[in-house]
Amino acid sequence: MLFPALFFYLFAGVCISAAVMVIAARNPVHSVLFLILAFVNAAALFILLGAEFLAMILIIVYVGAVLVLFLFVVMMLDVDFAELRQGFLQYLPIGAFLGAILLIELVLVGWTIDPNAQQTVAAPIPPAASVLNAQALGHVLYTRYVYFFQAAGVVLLVAMIGAIVLTLRHKPHVKRQNIAEQIARTKANAIEIVKVRPGQGL
Amino acid sequence: MTIGLGHYLTVGAILFTIGIFGIFLNRKNVIIILMSIELILLAVNVNLVAFSAFLGDLVGQVYALLVLTVAAAEAAIGLAILVAYYRNRGSIAVEDINLMKG
Repeated sequence: MLFPALFFYLFAGVCISAAVMVIAARNPVHSVLFLILAFVNAAALFILLGAEFLAMILIIVYVGAVLVLFLFVVMMLDVDFAELRQGFLQYLPIGAFLGAILLIELVLVGWTIDPNAQQTVAAPIPPAASVLNAQALGHVLYTRYVYFFQAAGVVLLVAMIGAIVLTLRHKPHVKRQNIAEQIARTKANAIEIVKVRPGQGL
Repeated sequence: MTIGLGHYLTVGAILFTIGIFGIFLNRKNVIIILMSIELILLAVNVNLVAFSAFLGDLVGQVYALLVLTVAAAEAAIGLAILVAYYRNRGSIAVEDINLMKG
């Protein structure tokens, strides 16, 4: 009973401190690295909750793809980040005030689960001994929620096309192979027959 | 010493508040603002998974998966916009992004 609690406090503590460092770090590269730390610890919290598949997705997709993309962009943009931190302290008091109010309100809500909510469970979690978490999730995701799954795929497709459209850039003076033009070339428009009279030249 | 639903929801609430606070604090740095949005979405996921585990309902995890998808798409589009903006203007200061102001 002691160890789950201990691990919960460890992971939650590291996650929250890393999240604080994300917004407080001077260097954005450090911010991204702290964000990676926060996400890895959140994945550990998911494992404590029994959501192993989501934990793995969080590490593989999120840390492995999205945050590395962040790192790429931060390193690619050559920006004077010290200048961007001007006015950091200016917003600190009002931000801390509003944040404290929000946090106190959120914590004071006092969560209890309504006993009636237990009876309206849509897809009960099967006992962990019989079915793995990923398997159980797949059973639900590919049957009842298959349209949501496909909608998620469409969201990713739109995001991919949008990102390509936004960042693709054609330079005007670069010579490229135009295959359609090459194939459409016929004898009529490629060869010109000129009759040359002897002794006169063209 | 039992860890209940309230503990996880408190973690989610703290992460959410840190995200909001980060947007307040780093108003000039668009990259930190995007990272704060990621933190907020992570807090949402912690809430969803916590409720899923303590209610014994798998749908919360399905929903968390969809939130993760949308967050990834949002990050990709946001960073693409940032790169395109930086190419055009040579700066990413939020204060300069007011061309479309009426």
